[in-house]
Amino acid sequence: MEQRKFIVEINHLYKSYRRGSQILPVLQDITLDIAEGEFLALMGPSGSGKSTLLNLIAGIDKADSGSVRVGGLDITALSETELAQWRHSHVGFIFQFYNLIPVLTAFENVELPLLLSGLSRKERKEHARMALRIVNLADRMEHYPSQLSGGQQQRVAIARAVVTDPVILVADEPTGDLDRVSAKETLDLMERLVHELGKTIIMVTHDPRAAEKAHIVRELDKGVLNADIQAGH
Amino acid sequence: MQTFRLVIKNAFRHKLRTSLTVLGIAIAILAFGLLQTVVGAWYAGVEASSATRLVTRNSISIIFFLPLSYKEKISQIPGVKQITYASWFGGIYLSEKNFIPNFAVDAKSFLELYPEFILPEKQKKDFLRDKKAGVAGRKTAEKFGWKIGDTITLKGTIFTGNWDFNLRGIYRGAQKGTDETQFFFHWDYLNESLRKTVPRRADQVGWYSIGVTHPDRAAEVAAAIDKTFKNSLAETMTETEKAFQLGFVSMTEAIIIAIRIVAFVVIIIIMAVMANTMAMTARERIGEYAIMKTLGFGGGHIAGIIFGESLIIAFMGCALGIAFTYPAAEAFGEAMSTFFPIFNVKSQTIYLDIAATFIVGLAAALFPAWRAVSLKVADGLRRIG
Ligand SMILES: Nc1ncnc2c1ncn2[C@@H]1O[C@H](COP(=O)(O)OP(=O)(O)O)[C@@H](O)[C@H]1O
Ligand SMILES: [Mg+2]
Repeated sequence: MEQRKFIVEINHLYKSYRRGSQILPVLQDITLDIAEGEFLALMGPSGSGKSTLLNLIAGIDKADSGSVRVGGLDITALSETELAQWRHSHVGFIFQFYNLIPVLTAFENVELPLLLSGLSRKERKEHARMALRIVNLADRMEHYPSQLSGGQQQRVAIARAVVTDPVILVADEPTGDLDRVSAKETLDLMERLVHELGKTIIMVTHDPRAAEKAHIVRELDKGVLNADIQAGH
Repeated sequence: MQTFRLVIKNAFRHKLRTSLTVLGIAIAILAFGLLQTVVGAWYAGVEASSATRLVTRNSISIIFFLPLSYKEKISQIPGVKQITYASWFGGIYLSEKNFIPNFAVDAKSFLELYPEFILPEKQKKDFLRDKKAGVAGRKTAEKFGWKIGDTITLKGTIFTGNWDFNLRGIYRGAQKGTDETQFFFHWDYLNESLRKTVPRRADQVGWYSIGVTHPDRAAEVAAAIDKTFKNSLAETMTETEKAFQLGFVSMTEAIIIAIRIVAFVVIIIIMAVMANTMAMTARERIGEYAIMKTLGFGGGHIAGIIFGESLIIAFMGCALGIAFTYPAAEAFGEAMSTFFPIFNVKSQTIYLDIAATFIVGLAAALFPAWRAVSLKVADGLRRIG
C-alpha cells in the first residue's frame, strides 16, 4: 500500500455533554488518522457518539480537549465565524433526511452554498449545473424537493455537498431513510466521488451494505474507538 | 438565485397565513390612518385659522355679546389694522341634523379680513348690494343643491322666526384647510330686525375679529384691547384666532386623546399579529436555519433573511392599507361632512403608517432572528435528525 498523507488527524479527543449537574462523557481519547481519498465508515450502536465525532471533524461542534487537524489546520482553535467560513470551503455535508430547503428548486438548493463564494452569477449557474450532472439529475433541476423521490433528494443533497469542491465529505447515515435501490445508488455515487474526484468521505452508518462500500470501517463503542476492521478491499 | 429570492419565497411559503397577516396589517393601517385623519380633521379649523388675527369676545363666555360701540374704540388702539365683527346665528336649515355653521357678519370688512374665502367678483358685488343676501361654502351648496338666486330659509334658534336669504355667492377655500361649509349673511339685516322686535338685543355683536399690523406684536395688542375695557360693563377676552379655535376644540380634547390612544393600540395589535406570524415561521424553520449555518451561512446573514421576510410582509400590508385609506377617508369624510368640513388624509399620516410598519416589521423579527443567530449548529441539526 502506497504511503498517503493524512487529511484528517485526530489526537486524544475528548467530548462530554452536561445534563443538569451530570456530566456525560461521549467521546474518550479518540485518536484517528484518515488518509486523503479514503472512504471511511464509522459504525457502532446508537448513542455511542458517532454523530458527535462526525460533527467535531466537520467543525460544527466544539471538543473539550484534544485536537482535530484537517489539511494541517487545527480547527479546534478556530472561532465560530472562522469555523463557518472554513466549513463552507472545506466540508460537504450529507444528512440522513437530505435537509433540502423546501421552497428552493433542486438547482437553487445546489446553488445555495455558492451564494457565500465570490463567484459571479454565471459561474454559480455553471457550477451548480455541473454538480447536478455529476449526480445524474440534470433533468430535474427545476423540481422542488417535494416533487422528488427520497433517492433523488439525497442525490441533490450530494450535489449541494460537492458543489463547493470541498476536501472532505461527511455523511451521517446517508442511506438511513432510503429503500434498497436508492441506497445502492447513493452509495455507488459516493464511491464514484472517492474514485473519480478523489474526495475523502467519512460516513456514519448502521447499514452493513454501506459499510461494505467503505475502505475502512471503524467502530465506536461507548465513546471508545475499537481497533481497525479492514473492509473487503 | 439571490438571497433576496429566498426571502421572497419564504414570505409566500404559507400563502394563507401570509395573506391573513397582510390583510390584518392592512386593516390596522387603515384604522390607524382613519383615526389619525379624524384627529387631523378636528384640528383642521385651528390650523386653517390665522395666527395673525385676534378674536375679542366677552370675557365671561362666548355666549355673551359685546356692544357694537367697541368697534370704534378697538380701531383706535395702536397696532390694529383691520376689524370686523360677527354673531353666531345658529339657524337650522330644514332639520336639526343638517348642521351648517352660520354667522351674521359685517360683510365688507369680513371679506377683507378673511381673504381665504374666495368669491367671484360678480358674486361679491351682488352679495354686498343685496341686504338679504347670503353666501354659502362650496361644500354646503353642493350638499343641498343650492344655486345662486335660491332663497334659503333658516329657522332661528337664538333669534326666533324663519329667516329668508337670497343666495348671492358660493365661496371656495383658498387652502385645503379652509372650511367650505359655512353660511354667512349681513349682520345689518339681523340687527335691523332686532331693532324692531327685541330692541335690547340690537347693536350687539358676538365677537370682533382683528387684523394686526405686526403679527409678532399680536400679544401686546391683545393685552391693550382687554385693558381698554377693564371695569366696563362687558369686559373682553382677546386671544389669537388659533387660541380661540382651540378653545372650541379643547372642549372635546378628551375624545381626541381617546382616539389617539386607540390609534396606537391598533399599532400594538399589528405588532402582535406580525410577531405571532414570525414566531410560528421561525419555529418551523429552525432546522433550515441550522442547515444553512452548517453550510457556512453566518448568523447575520440568516437574521437578514428573517428581517427581510418580516419587512416584506409588513410593507405589503402597509401598502394595501394605505391604498384602502384614501377611498375610505373619502367615503367617511362624505358621510361625516357636517362634523368634519375638512377631511383629508395628510402626508404626515402616511409617513406615520410607514414608520409604524417599519418598527412593526423589525420588532416582529427581533426574537426569531435572535433565536436563529444564537442557535448552535449541532443542536439545531440534532433536532431535525
Ligand atoms: N446536546 C446534547 N446534550 C446532551 N447529550 C447529548 C447531546 N448530544 C448528544 N448527546 C448524547 O451523546 C451521546 C452520543 O450521541 P450521538 O453522537 O448522537 O450518538 P450516535 O450518533 O452514535 O447515535 C448520546 O447519549 C446522546 O444522548
Ligand atoms: Mg447519530
